[in-house]
Amino acid sequence: MKILRSALLWLILFSLGMAAFSQGILNPYQQLILSYIAINVILATSLNLVNGFCGQFSLGHAGFMAVGAYVSAVLSLHFKVFTGSLDFLNFPFYALAGGSVAAVAGWLVGMPSLKLRGDYLAIVTLGFGEIIRVILLNMESVGGARGLYGVPGPTNFFVGTALAFFLAGGTWLVLWRLTQSSFGRAFLSVKEDEVASECMGVNTTQTKVFAFVVSSFFAGVGGSLFAHTTNYLNPASFQFMKSVDVVIMVVLGGMGSLTGSVLAAIFVTILPEALRPLQEYTGVDLRMVIYSLSLILLMILRPQGLLGSREWNSFFPFKKRGAK
Amino acid sequence: MEDFLQHVLNGLNLGAIYALIALGYTMVYGVLQLINFAHAEVYMLGAFSIYYSNKWLHLSDHPGWTSFVISILIAVMVCSLVGLTIERLAYRPLRGAPRLNVLITAIGVSLFLQFSGQAVFGADPKLFPQVLQDKDLIQFGQIQIRSFDLTIIGVSLAAMALLHFLIHHTKMGMAIRAVRHSRSSASLMGINVDLMISLVFVLGSSLAGVGAVLVGLKYPKIDPLMGMLIGLKAFVAAVLGGIGSLPGAVVGGLLMGLSEEMVVAYLSSTYRDALAFGLLIVILVFRPSGLFGKYEVEKV
Repeated sequence: MKILRSALLWLILFSLGMAAFSQGILNPYQQLILSYIAINVILATSLNLVNGFCGQFSLGHAGFMAVGAYVSAVLSLHFKVFTGSLDFLNFPFYALAGGSVAAVAGWLVGMPSLKLRGDYLAIVTLGFGEIIRVILLNMESVGGARGLYGVPGPTNFFVGTALAFFLAGGTWLVLWRLTQSSFGRAFLSVKEDEVASECMGVNTTQTKVFAFVVSSFFAGVGGSLFAHTTNYLNPASFQFMKSVDVVIMVVLGGMGSLTGSVLAAIFVTILPEALRPLQEYTGVDLRMVIYSLSLILLMILRPQGLLGSREWNSFFPFKKRGAK
Repeated sequence: MEDFLQHVLNGLNLGAIYALIALGYTMVYGVLQLINFAHAEVYMLGAFSIYYSNKWLHLSDHPGWTSFVISILIAVMVCSLVGLTIERLAYRPLRGAPRLNVLITAIGVSLFLQFSGQAVFGADPKLFPQVLQDKDLIQFGQIQIRSFDLTIIGVSLAAMALLHFLIHHTKMGMAIRAVRHSRSSASLMGINVDLMISLVFVLGSSLAGVGAVLVGLKYPKIDPLMGMLIGLKAFVAAVLGGIGSLPGAVVGGLLMGLSEEMVVAYLSSTYRDALAFGLLIVILVFRPSGLFGKYEVEKV
């Protein structure tokens, strides 16, 4: 309990600090980019749990994100716990609700497909993302193809950035502790060799489903943050390409490295903004060409990604406990 | 009733095309256990090869069987070359790497072709040259049988028959089947495994080329992202039939085409894309090995 409280305290301090920092020196455009970075960090680290640590391959992160986003948006339109100046305290609850529904969806999708070998999951999750999109397109109650307007968001940038970093930091903390625990060892053993880990008493299907459900939960949290940051949802935001974006972050950063995912999320969010002048000059969208080419080259030349499975603490040798 | 028969005819047409493309997926999966995502883009490039070669050869000025056969030959040639290049440059360096890495490469190749296609050809849809004219052949009451319907079904059947002959009645086919069975023992028997894998890519890609021409005739709008959806559906068809099994891919493709046509006809056309994936989830729950597949237990 004490650890949890101090972690929560650090988390709040961290998010307030980041918000104050960004409020101080960044303009609103840059602050928005910062919020997008937080969203992508949540998505990339959570997908890494399945694709990196567990060695499975999910291609439907955008679908779970959509579930979280829509649930959270609809809740925020119709339901409030805190009102007045404490209004911002609602958002973590919306995120929790969005994440929980996404987790249930993850369980429903993961149960049948994770019993099978890895590559089926890729197709099923891809299909799931597509089904969710089609259902949302046909649901008139959430706007259908017109999209959902007027989703309430934090009233100012300071609260918005603090919320984004609170959720991103919370995601990181939970995933970090999870991967360092015995669950994390089980994930890695499933990745290395399913038969061997089953012999050692790891229930592989259960482990994979657990990882997948946690990952979907945080995808839902990321979606919720997305909904309240952009204030507008459209099924077209959750297309296959969004899932591919997240996969690229995971592969680029290193499958099995949360630190790598964070770095890659920052890089992949900033790159299109940096490439904008080039795109205006050439007139074509070279972003996806560059990404896809880097995927192929990475797989051939450096399949472990930039960081491999190393984390931030392996760069500070004095912090290593029980090193080899 | 007449409506229903018309829908069956349309469904068979669609199904024949799905089957052609599904064969490419299932063959590659059979030898490499790889979902070749780039297969759909090979199909897309086949369609574009006809579009651009028509600018030089003006085939659509003289629509007829000669132009049709010439365009099929061009598409088959271009697709085989593309398939061969992809295999050589992207997949062969990863032989022996973990399957996940090869899968990611396949997705990368697919995205690369889609988006460099957008950059090179332009993102706007183009009109596929009509190298054959559509005629009303037979009319039974409400049912129309057009010449394209018969062409699509006939040409696909011919292509599948040729494939069947190559796989089951030639020495090369026997070698391919041996590689599929066990790569290491095939290589001990003196079979050039890499060559056979390349051949599988050539065969699969040629079928995609034939499919591209047939789809182009029937639905003449082509764009760089055209392969994505049809590729996914063809893959689901291959899984439905049992991935790795050639007759399975054909039956799966036909079932897929028929059920899609029925959904569009009797439910709602917005759900046509969701159907494929719903079907996939149902198969994986109840019969993961597909209709014709064998369920293999992983051995140590």
